[in-house]
Amino acid sequence: MEIVAKNHPLDKYLRTDRIPHIWCPGCGLGTVLNCFLHALEETDIDLKNLAIVSGIGCTGRVAGYINVDSYHTTHGRAIPFATGLKLANPKLKVVVFSGDGDLFAIGGNHFIHAARRNIDMTVICVNNYNYGMTGGQLGPTTPLDARTTTSPYGNIEHPFNLCHVAAASGAVYVARWTALHVRRLKESMKEALNKKGFSFIEVIASCPTTYGRRNKMPTGLETMKYYKEHSVIKHGIDPSKADIEIGKDIVVGKFVDIEKPTFDEAVHELIKKARK
Amino acid sequence: MKYWVKEELKPPHGKVYIIKDRCKGCGFCIEFCPQGVLQESEEFNAKGYHPPKLVENEKKCIGCGFCSLVCPEFAIYIEKEGE
Repeated sequence: MEIVAKNHPLDKYLRTDRIPHIWCPGCGLGTVLNCFLHALEETDIDLKNLAIVSGIGCTGRVAGYINVDSYHTTHGRAIPFATGLKLANPKLKVVVFSGDGDLFAIGGNHFIHAARRNIDMTVICVNNYNYGMTGGQLGPTTPLDARTTTSPYGNIEHPFNLCHVAAASGAVYVARWTALHVRRLKESMKEALNKKGFSFIEVIASCPTTYGRRNKMPTGLETMKYYKEHSVIKHGIDPSKADIEIGKDIVVGKFVDIEKPTFDEAVHELIKKARK
Repeated sequence: MKYWVKEELKPPHGKVYIIKDRCKGCGFCIEFCPQGVLQESEEFNAKGYHPPKLVENEKKCIGCGFCSLVCPEFAIYIEKEGE
């Protein structure tokens, strides 16, 4: 027989008074958070030196559920707040946890400039192809021909390829996984947390309530089965060839892993030099 | 020279812990368990969902921990036995 338990071993990282969380049954966000907490447990990061920053949206709630220093910022401004945190306290490990709409629509400019400057932070972007919290509107990552509440006849806008944007802007670590690749995602999060510089992980997750229902994937389970059948791992390929299109395989894997001097190191060196 | 002794190689075994009232019935653990150890139960939890339960042959769990990683609700975890 299974054993009925009351507490989870990861409860020490959670604000358990807020659990169960607000995410819908079948949503991939809980899985991503679960993988992140497992990754935290397996790295030796001091929780006192860890800060989670998130913006607005379903994914933005993550900061409220993790029991470390966390910051729930205004819409799209998670990365500027995180930049400030990192520059003011260089010892901090800063993780930005936000959704595709927050990071790439409202906060798109902040993202590309943080990647260009190579600010030492980890950005985890959960991509569910739409604005889930506000009712499933069309976003910058909605694939062509997908149906949303604001594109009932099919989307005619070309979507962003988030990994390509990150790599082209200068991120030192770029990876994409789906919510089903939990082990690889966990390993990738560990690598990104230990990486110096701007590391970016895109996680494709299900949104059954607002996106899946209108696109023939009405439950989270069906979306996960789709990921199982239609994702292909291609490490190290050019991210420009990893577009997400309906009816085509989702290309996942680690695309970029390079070394580059970071902005905050340069700033503090410059301050030392100027004070001499 | 070392011989492969079948008796020495025992498959690992895991104990399944379920926090029933946290479950929202998404079915990820049931569908993606590589050993097919879990199934939907008949009972309802406090929120009205059917939490998972073990199938008859409970020794099948090898403690890989996939269910504990894929669960969005922090409602299931594994303890490895005999380590």
